[in-house]
Amino acid sequence: MILADGIDDEDKWLAEGIAGVQHHAFFMHRALDDNNLRDALKYSALMLSELRTSRLSPHKYYELYMRAFDELRRLELFFKDESRHGIPVFDLYELVQHAGNILPRLYLLCTVGSVYLRCKDAPVKDVLKDLVEMCRAVQHPVRGLFLRSYLAQISKDKLPDIGSEYEGEGDSGNVMDAVEFVLQNFMEMNKLWVRLQHQVGKNLHILSQIEGVDLEIYKDTVLPSVLEQVVNCKDDLAQFYLMECIIQVFPDEYHLQTLETLLGAYPQLQSTVDIKTILSQLMDRLSNYAASNAEVLPEFLQVEAFTKLSTAIGRVIEAQADIPIVGAISLHVSLLTFTLRVHPDRLDYVDQVLGSCVKKLSGKPKLDNRATKQVVALLSAPLDKYNDIVTALTLSNYPRVMDHLDNQTNKVMAMLIIQSIMKNNTLISTADKVEVLFELIKGLITDLDDTTLDEVDEEDFSEEQNSVARLIHMLHNNDPEEMFKIICSVKKHIMRGGPRRLPFTVPSLIFSALRLVRQLQGQDGDVVGEEVPTTPKKIFQLLNEIIEALSSVSCPELALRLYLQCAEAANDCDLEPVAYEFFTEAFVLYEEEIADSKAQVTAIHLIVGTLQRMNVFGVENRDTLTHKATGYSAKLLKKPDQCRAVYACSHLFWVDDQDGIKDGERVLLCLKRALRIANAAQQMANVARGSSGPVTLFVEILNKYIYYFEKGNPQITSATIQGLIELITTEIQGDSTSALPASDPFFTSTLRYIQFQKQKGGILGEKYESIKV
Amino acid sequence: MVLVLALGDLHIPHRAPDLPAKFKSMLVPGKIQHIICTGNLCIKEVHDYLKTLCPDLHITRGEYDEDARYPETKTLTIGQFKLGLCHGHQVIPWGDLDSLAMLQRQLDVDILVTGHTHQFTAYKHEGGVVINPGSATGAYSSITYDVNPSFVLMDIDGLRVVVYVYELIDGEVKVDKIDFKKTASTHTAH
Repeated sequence: MILADGIDDEDKWLAEGIAGVQHHAFFMHRALDDNNLRDALKYSALMLSELRTSRLSPHKYYELYMRAFDELRRLELFFKDESRHGIPVFDLYELVQHAGNILPRLYLLCTVGSVYLRCKDAPVKDVLKDLVEMCRAVQHPVRGLFLRSYLAQISKDKLPDIGSEYEGEGDSGNVMDAVEFVLQNFMEMNKLWVRLQHQVGKNLHILSQIEGVDLEIYKDTVLPSVLEQVVNCKDDLAQFYLMECIIQVFPDEYHLQTLETLLGAYPQLQSTVDIKTILSQLMDRLSNYAASNAEVLPEFLQVEAFTKLSTAIGRVIEAQADIPIVGAISLHVSLLTFTLRVHPDRLDYVDQVLGSCVKKLSGKPKLDNRATKQVVALLSAPLDKYNDIVTALTLSNYPRVMDHLDNQTNKVMAMLIIQSIMKNNTLISTADKVEVLFELIKGLITDLDDTTLDEVDEEDFSEEQNSVARLIHMLHNNDPEEMFKIICSVKKHIMRGGPRRLPFTVPSLIFSALRLVRQLQGQDGDVVGEEVPTTPKKIFQLLNEIIEALSSVSCPELALRLYLQCAEAANDCDLEPVAYEFFTEAFVLYEEEIADSKAQVTAIHLIVGTLQRMNVFGVENRDTLTHKATGYSAKLLKKPDQCRAVYACSHLFWVDDQDGIKDGERVLLCLKRALRIANAAQQMANVARGSSGPVTLFVEILNKYIYYFEKGNPQITSATIQGLIELITTEIQGDSTSALPASDPFFTSTLRYIQFQKQKGGILGEKYESIKV
Repeated sequence: MVLVLALGDLHIPHRAPDLPAKFKSMLVPGKIQHIICTGNLCIKEVHDYLKTLCPDLHITRGEYDEDARYPETKTLTIGQFKLGLCHGHQVIPWGDLDSLAMLQRQLDVDILVTGHTHQFTAYKHEGGVVINPGSATGAYSSITYDVNPSFVLMDIDGLRVVVYVYELIDGEVKVDKIDFKKTASTHTAH
């Protein structure tokens, strides 16, 4: 048999040890021959130092010990003969305690102790007690055991047994002292032995390093006999320990090839053995083995590793009926990890593991925290492995496992799923998958139980719903037909969300649908095939329903914004009635639902801003809408808001890039109306505060005049501008009580602008020429 | 030298799941001295994220912002430049330069930063600058088609400001640079 490195090494160390013992023994012999006590002690200590090694197994250490033991016999003879060294044994007993290292010191002490006991100069029991106590200083299992066995050896014929010559009277020692000494040594040795027992496993390690043990020998001889020993020892700790050893020390490919034998031993182990851990370790090892080298994967298939492990787990769970649920699930987690590493392509296996877990879970009461964590680990594993939720969506048992989570954890898991999608930028591209996904995250989509929403933490709720809103953008397909199906599916689910969720989720859905509208808008409407294709019109119907649902849960401001977005999209699709409908809805909301004056101001900005961009309307519809919008503007609560809204409305009658609408007269009407409101505001300020306040509104209107003046509105002449400048100048001077050099930065920069245009010259410069600033 | 990040119209989560990963990896804490955001973040999480990039954060309110405390307009002085900030939905016609110029005069600023159109623009106007950093997420817009995600970094140094535009086009970040010098006349006029 050829020896592996490990064995080689140990033999080498033993040979070195023996050589050391022999070397120092040689000098010790010379010292003994010369009756030189000093050198005898020196070399014997050096020789005994060889026993300090920790590198030898007990078996090899024994060989070394026996060499030293023989030498110590000679030394003891020397110690015994006082005539040769001239020192009384009592002094010798003191002297050897000066040896530098503890182990040689104690061997020497025992050796002298043997002589000391024999001469009976001191009470036997005291010497024995001293020795047995001193030896406690060595706690290394092997070294300690051999030292104590030496102590037992040298003392066995000197115990104060009944009738022995060492049995003394009074204090010198009796049988009780003898028993006490032996017991104490036994107890100490036993402690060391227990620790040494753990080194038994080393034998397995050595076996594994014997190169001659090839797979055949391992399979036919080594493993069966080792397992037989393990099973027969019937000690649960030893079994656990040895099974662990087997898994750790033998090569992975052996395990793979003997899986059946190895797994077959598990049910024969004591019922108290922690098989779950051993099995997990085995699966972890095999997983790592598979991960380390793709070439070994066919072997796994060949030996049907998955089926065998899966069966073994089933048997273990069955056999250990009282196995806690957390243990059963963690076994499945290990098996799943194994499966994902070894057979990432076998989704049927993955689903099978989940299915087996469902079986174990069903009918079980509520899971405790630890079990819940394991279930989350089980469900997270495929997500982490595939970095792609789409794969998990094909696992039929995945949602069934999720159903066993409590609502809170279900939500946590749903969030993990969404985060996985976000992190990996995964697009969910079919309506079918979207359906499955919503099944998985249903805990976030609707209320699963009677928990009133008041009990839910506001911030957590927002975070969850915002995550759903983000997720909606990941549900996408470039094919309009499929995308439309996706949108319908999303709509169906989020509409069940209730008043608290809709404000979070609806906007995402609206914009997702508007993107589709825009995509269709770029395509020709030619119908290929019989199926009715997705049209913007169809989508707009859907959008209308969705926003209506939102407005009915008292989110009028958001709904108004979305109606306006849709109106503009309908405009771009050239769908006048649809656009008009959306505007109508927005106006109804404005009139009936938006009461806050600040919200009204923003709403007017958005209505006027959108309407200004619309070009789909015929004259009649446009008139109706602009009339309404200017009407709302003039009815805002605060005068400055009124004024600003009204001059903004002037843009409804003057659209720069469009031929039809350049109604200078109505622009002027708006601006004049704005001026009147500004005047009224000024007067009100006078009455209320005793001063007219800033001229900002006038300057703003002046800027609007300048705007239309430059755009070529014939109604706005240089004279009107000049008049307005003078008006403002007067206003500022009239208000001179407040500021000394009457100035207003806005007015100043406006005048500077006029100056700038005059200097710049050109056509505009000429227009400005007559205006004096 | 002061670095100012200008961005806006993220519309998270209404129109986009998040900032593009490429932008996120470029925007690291500690490099930027000020952030000006035109609005439409829209949620607190985004606000908190921007705050991690730079604590000196200035935001005006977009029409979709849930936080009602953002002001409609804001002015601040950085170095020798006076900056004005406004989302822009209040300025009709939307994105109209002449109308924005009026706001610039009203706020009396050298640099006006607005958003709303999702279209990056930078104009020199009567000695001042009007900038729109576009949409940092490339969010859908009824005004602009095919929006590319973009933001702006302004390097303000003395009387000079260099505007870097970062635009994500087909997955690649393109950088453009526009140089502005503040003329003495606008400066002394105040």
